[in-house]
Amino acid sequence: MLIDRIEAQKNPIKHTLVALVENKPGVLNRVASLFRRRNFNIDSLSVGMTDDPTVSRMTIVVDASKTSASLVERNLYKCVDVLDVHDLTNVPSVIREMALIKVNIADTHKRSEVKQIADMYEARVVDVANDSLMLEITGTEDKIDAALKILSDYGIKEVVRTGRIAMARR
Amino acid sequence: MKRTGSQIIWETIINEGIDVVFGYPGGAIMPAYDALLDYTGHVHHVLVRHEENAALAADSYYRTTGKVGVCMATSGPGATNLVTGLANAMMDSSAIVAITGQVASHLVGSDAFQETDVTGITLPITKHNYLVTDLKELAQVLAEAFYVARSGRPGPVLVDICKDVQQKSIDYTPIKINKVRGYKALRKPIQQDLQTLIENAGKLIDTSKRPIILAGQGIKHAAAHEEFKVFVEESGIPVSTTLLGIGVLDEDHPQNLRMMGMHGEAYVNNAIANADLLIALGMRFDDRVTGNLKMYAKNAKVIHVDIDPAEIGKNVPADVGICASVRDVLPHLTETLADVQGVAKYKDWYAQINEWRGDTKAHDVLSFDLPANMLIAPQVMRIIWEETGGDITICTDVGQHQMFETQYFQHTRKNQLITSGGLGTMGFALPAAIGAKFGRPQDEVWAIAGDGGFQMSIPELQTVIQEGLNIKIAVVNNSFLGMVRQWQELMHDRRYSSVNMTAPDFVKLAEAYRMKGLRATTIQEAREAIRSARAHNGPVLIEFVVEQETNVFPMIQPGKALNDMTRREISLEKKYMPASMGGGMDELK
Ligand SMILES: Cc1ncc(C[n+]2csc(CCOP(=O)(O)OP(=O)(O)O)c2C)c(N)n1
Repeated sequence: MLIDRIEAQKNPIKHTLVALVENKPGVLNRVASLFRRRNFNIDSLSVGMTDDPTVSRMTIVVDASKTSASLVERNLYKCVDVLDVHDLTNVPSVIREMALIKVNIADTHKRSEVKQIADMYEARVVDVANDSLMLEITGTEDKIDAALKILSDYGIKEVVRTGRIAMARR
Repeated sequence: MKRTGSQIIWETIINEGIDVVFGYPGGAIMPAYDALLDYTGHVHHVLVRHEENAALAADSYYRTTGKVGVCMATSGPGATNLVTGLANAMMDSSAIVAITGQVASHLVGSDAFQETDVTGITLPITKHNYLVTDLKELAQVLAEAFYVARSGRPGPVLVDICKDVQQKSIDYTPIKINKVRGYKALRKPIQQDLQTLIENAGKLIDTSKRPIILAGQGIKHAAAHEEFKVFVEESGIPVSTTLLGIGVLDEDHPQNLRMMGMHGEAYVNNAIANADLLIALGMRFDDRVTGNLKMYAKNAKVIHVDIDPAEIGKNVPADVGICASVRDVLPHLTETLADVQGVAKYKDWYAQINEWRGDTKAHDVLSFDLPANMLIAPQVMRIIWEETGGDITICTDVGQHQMFETQYFQHTRKNQLITSGGLGTMGFALPAAIGAKFGRPQDEVWAIAGDGGFQMSIPELQTVIQEGLNIKIAVVNNSFLGMVRQWQELMHDRRYSSVNMTAPDFVKLAEAYRMKGLRATTIQEAREAIRSARAHNGPVLIEFVVEQETNVFPMIQPGKALNDMTRREISLEKKYMPASMGGGMDELK
């Protein structure tokens, strides 16, 4: 049986779709409009350039417990500006997200503690101020979630996350 | 050759083999209208009275010819007036190209006079749209627009062209397109290869005892009527059509059970509800045909063939989903049939369906003993059918009369019914009849509308006159917004809210437009009016004054299962009797 809404409900995993799209004005608007119109539940969407200047790449994370990823994929195909769509969920692939995290350093003694935690998560210190440290961390969402949880003990001033990007291994 | 942007617009249209454009001029599209004068004799422009009707007429032109319909409007209010027509074409998969003027490219984004974000507004109601700010792109974009509109699942495409782009000149050679990067008119069958899918479908058909074919408009788009008929006759499987599927198989064909869904006959919906296999061809399981999805055809396996991958599994899960044109699939499906004994194979199944069919007549309002001095809408449809021999193109509006038409007019000509399905656009009939008359000039074309919907499109009467179109217009006047009144009667305890419709004197109105006007209030008058309208070589408007509260039955009320239908009470016959014989509405309240 095809993946449908019923299937979606018993399939509570996050699907990663990669869409290659025309690098033209308005394409992001078209894709976003599609998601809104079809009432699709999207966890994250990130867009960037590729090696081909006429093509951009979108990584879309679909909450498959709410929306059938296959239906999203098939609807994306209907956008004339969408060149290709792949579902990487069951394909060996590298999945990454990046975050910048500004941590409170009320007490300068804590600075080295935070640095140690950063090392554990292979995060880099990218900026230092009197009362804060900025870390750059790359990895899966789980890893970033874990780092954030620990760092929250020190007080987090600001966070920005890129959303997932992904690439098949083969 | 040097050409202005405006000339490129017209030459693209002409090269597409399109000879008529429906439109309305204004500031931002004036260069194109100026150039139009140089193409007289190659393309005819129909000046409508409202841009919405240009889009609806273009839609109907597509449905009656298979050629892309073209409409044109100026920026701002001209373009926004197209919106309903575009949405109509989107819902019913009609290939139209809308060309709109836009403010000059250096003014885009500055809230210039009559600037609107037309590509933004129409994004969800077009298959694709373009804003052209650079003349170098125009020829390519226009060629793409026509290709995208007509290929794959057809749909509306809008091209918004800046005024300066229309004015400037460039070297031009006509472009023919059969490919657009990224866009694929046909997607590969989703699950496996076609061969395997056909085999799987064949197995389901072979083991099924109670199959039914659900035939939709996709068969028309694919022009697969012949392939379809062969499959139907060799398989012996009964057929029901959607509203837009009417016309894919003659309705007097013994295997055609006719229309399904909200106002389909009870035996048709019973057959679908009790089927063990649904073979859905070029249809999309709209809620108006399924009723409550949770209870829909619970014991049926589903074979779903559609050209649009996103339709398969959208509403009803498919056991075998084939994403392809029905035309490419049907011959293979026919080949894979293990048995070609036709209807004999399903003797018991047909017997069951005929048993359900048995009580149809008893519930049919036309079998009631009605007084001779009254007229009801179903009679109007039946008489139009009888008097014309059914050999006409009919454009219906939206409402009760639209459903009565499907029930009481037997369609035996390919694609003869043009109606607004998915959007249910009131005001469709008259502009559709205009588009149909250009699409099929040899045909007798009828517009049938309610008093409500017709009052939405009255201005187009003058378009009919200006173009000298011989169209017959039937206005079925029940003094109500009939379909809404019916819902209020059945579901809101007869609390009639804003459904009383007064109307002008339609005969005088016709005369004011220098058109023949007739009125009929009895069966006899109805017949005479239709005869004299047909004998008259020119447009005629007939007002049929009908009983005000005749309902359309059967009806699946919203949320109810397909076979949980409200039927016409046989005792309702009383409603039509004079009070002295115990009749009248009060009895039934
Ligand atoms: C543009 C538009 N507005 C409102 C509706 C909702 N609507 C559906 S049927 C109907 C009543 C139509 O009345 P009439 O044209 O008199 O036809 P009848 O049902 O009486 O045959 C209405 C208001 C619609 N379909 N389209």
